Amino acid sequence: MSELVRRDPRKEWIARNRLHPQHLEVLAEIGGGSVASEWMGPNGLMRRNPHAVGFMGPNGIRRIDRSGAQQASQATGRSAEAKDSRRRVTIENPAFTIAVVPDMAGGRLSGHDRDLLGLARQLADADPENPGAVLAIVYGEHKETTFDEAGIDRMLMLEGDQFDGYTPENRIAALQGVDREVSPRFWMLPDSTQGGGELGRRLSVRLGERAATQVWQVEAHSDSATGWRCTTRGAAGTTDIVRDLPRVVIALAECADPITETRHAAEAIELSQPLPNVLGRIEDIGEVAVDPASVSLAEAEFILSAGNGVKDWDNYHHAAEVLGATKGASRVAVDDGYMPRDRQVGATGTWVSAKVYVAVGISGAIQHLQGIQTCEKVVAINLDEGCDMVKRADLAVIGDANAILSALVERVEQYRAEQEESRNAA
Amino acid sequence: MPPNAEASGAAGLSVAVLVSIGRHPLTARTRRADQDARAVEMALNMKGAAISLVHAGQHDSDHEEAIRGYLGMGIDEVRLLEQGPQSDVVPALTDALRDSSPQMVLTGTRAETGEASGMVPYLLAETLGWPVINGLAAVESVEKGVATVLQALPRGKRRRLRVRLPAIATVDTSAPAARQSAFGPARRGELDVQALASETDESLAQWQIQPARKRPKRLKVIKSSSARDRFKAAAAKSDGGGGQTLSDVTPEQGAEAIFKLLREEGVLR
Ligand SMILES: Cc1cc2nc3c(=O)[nH]c(=O)nc-3n(C[C@H](O)[C@H](O)[C@H](O)COP(=O)(O)OP(=O)(O)OC[C@H]3O[C@@H](n4cnc5c(N)ncnc54)[C@H](O)[C@@H]3O)c2cc1C
Repeated sequence: MSELVRRDPRKEWIARNRLHPQHLEVLAEIGGGSVASEWMGPNGLMRRNPHAVGFMGPNGIRRIDRSGAQQASQATGRSAEAKDSRRRVTIENPAFTIAVVPDMAGGRLSGHDRDLLGLARQLADADPENPGAVLAIVYGEHKETTFDEAGIDRMLMLEGDQFDGYTPENRIAALQGVDREVSPRFWMLPDSTQGGGELGRRLSVRLGERAATQVWQVEAHSDSATGWRCTTRGAAGTTDIVRDLPRVVIALAECADPITETRHAAEAIELSQPLPNVLGRIEDIGEVAVDPASVSLAEAEFILSAGNGVKDWDNYHHAAEVLGATKGASRVAVDDGYMPRDRQVGATGTWVSAKVYVAVGISGAIQHLQGIQTCEKVVAINLDEGCDMVKRADLAVIGDANAILSALVERVEQYRAEQEESRNAA
Repeated sequence: MPPNAEASGAAGLSVAVLVSIGRHPLTARTRRADQDARAVEMALNMKGAAISLVHAGQHDSDHEEAIRGYLGMGIDEVRLLEQGPQSDVVPALTDALRDSSPQMVLTGTRAETGEASGMVPYLLAETLGWPVINGLAAVESVEKGVATVLQALPRGKRRRLRVRLPAIATVDTSAPAARQSAFGPARRGELDVQALASETDESLAQWQIQPARKRPKRLKVIKSSSARDRFKAAAAKSDGGGGQTLSDVTPEQGAEAIFKLLREEGVLR
């Protein structure tokens, strides 16, 4: 469609004049079938006809949705696309660098990582004349697509099989190489159990810097050598230690707000020197299969939860075993005696934080939804398309729980067989 | 593997456990530190291992009480490297470990008093040149100077590692809980006190230490250009948003979609 808007002043005038004999005719013509609701006035102002928009509310009163969502169908060729209003920031010649090593748990930036990047941005942007660049160092493969939105200017992807699995020695050697080449003003790592806390301590020891651990607040302070002061938790969280910010910072979650308003370049860089080869004294033999039934519900990563909609319990238990999922239940399933009390998920049960939570025949009562607030992906299997669990779910499948579980078991068994075959062939 | 299984091949292995003074989270009384006690428990479960406990710190009645908590677990003696208050214990511990040269050193992940930064095991490992691993859940076997251990990961997972000895390993709360401390053995056990020169921790003196302030709760700020969106976000019941709903599909199609999601998230093994 042509971008050019041709105006016919006479028709516009008729459209404005409700008493004109041709009024309705012209409206229909301009509005493309329906009554025109919006047009450019003679002074360039947008005029609206409130009678032509909106819908009748339940009380017989006309309601107008001002978000523009309703008029989208009548929009002309110039329809406004949802524009990304975030400011683009590119830092060409950074005055200094702040290196961040995110956890990338599950291949994505975690909330903790984003908070840390927010903190790094605070330090980098403190002086608008001489902004610093935030460099993120990521090991191996990842699934993240929004590095730019998290406030990262430069990316260093360290790939290679020496970083697969648990390889702290190689990772530290690589960071040491980065330190030599880039010499960042600050090193920032998350104080988490996902590897960041450990890596940060190793790095600080290797660089000979006394790190600040469990940092939860950083503020500008003129007396400090680095220009910053931090508050850290000490003595099992019972004391606060206020000290100058050192070069290696190992920070807690929520140490700063994540970046939301800007997009950064996230430009990939490379090291000019090859990474050293380290003779490792720690060998990773791989993860050990843990019996999912023995994992406590609060810790479990994959939960198959059953509610009142489960009719065939043998089938459900079989499915949980085949999928290798930890079992959970709604209160009704527990009260009816199908599941033990310690498996109850929800306000009066366990608050879970699974990566994947599959709710089978659970309606999604608020007491239940409270317990799954922090789950990453929720899958609902339910007969009722309108129930709250379906609204909460990232993926909802409408249908009979029994049939879907059986099909899922079949699919997973087929997948296992395929894997077995390819392993045998290899 | 059951939680308290005994490691094979540990006979003759010398294990040093670094223990510290704990602090009860509610009553603030000194006690044995929880993670350190778990480390002692782990050492006690290594059949035939020669265990030595080392504590570096002040020597007074209050601290002695806490140290005796470890003796009550069935330990005969604790080496106490006496240090002045506010001193850096790493040099003293390094010297002690270098002299006694144990094959394995177990520590807690982080102390319950002081800076509690959890740096000590890493500092020791760097100065001694030994490997260090964290989150030890169990020692499975020791063969020809290589230990096979299980490392605890978040979400109840475990990873098997092989470490060349001598090595340092930290123990956290995923290790089996420590046994009770019995009163009699705690009285009878001995403290081998050695007064050592202590290095004061200079920077610690410059820091301000105060009782922990409550951290501010993060507010949910809705950043949106239109008032309607802000209102909706503030008032509406969260509806998940962006979820995909498959209706009118055969069970097989539904199962395929779920299977795809499980694969993508990597929860199928
Ligand atoms: C003080 C208080 C505390 C509570 N605490 C908790 C708590 O901690 N945890 C908790 O879970 N509940 C709790 N509840 C109970 C809660 O309010 C709900 O009653 C309960 O969660 C509902 O369980 P349900 O979804 O399994 O059952 P229902 O609400 O009966 O839902 C069953 C669902 O299964 C679907 N269904 C039926 N047949 C099939 C089929 N063949 N295939 C697929 N789907 C099917 C239905 O469409 C329906 O959506 C609490 C209640 C109170 C008052």
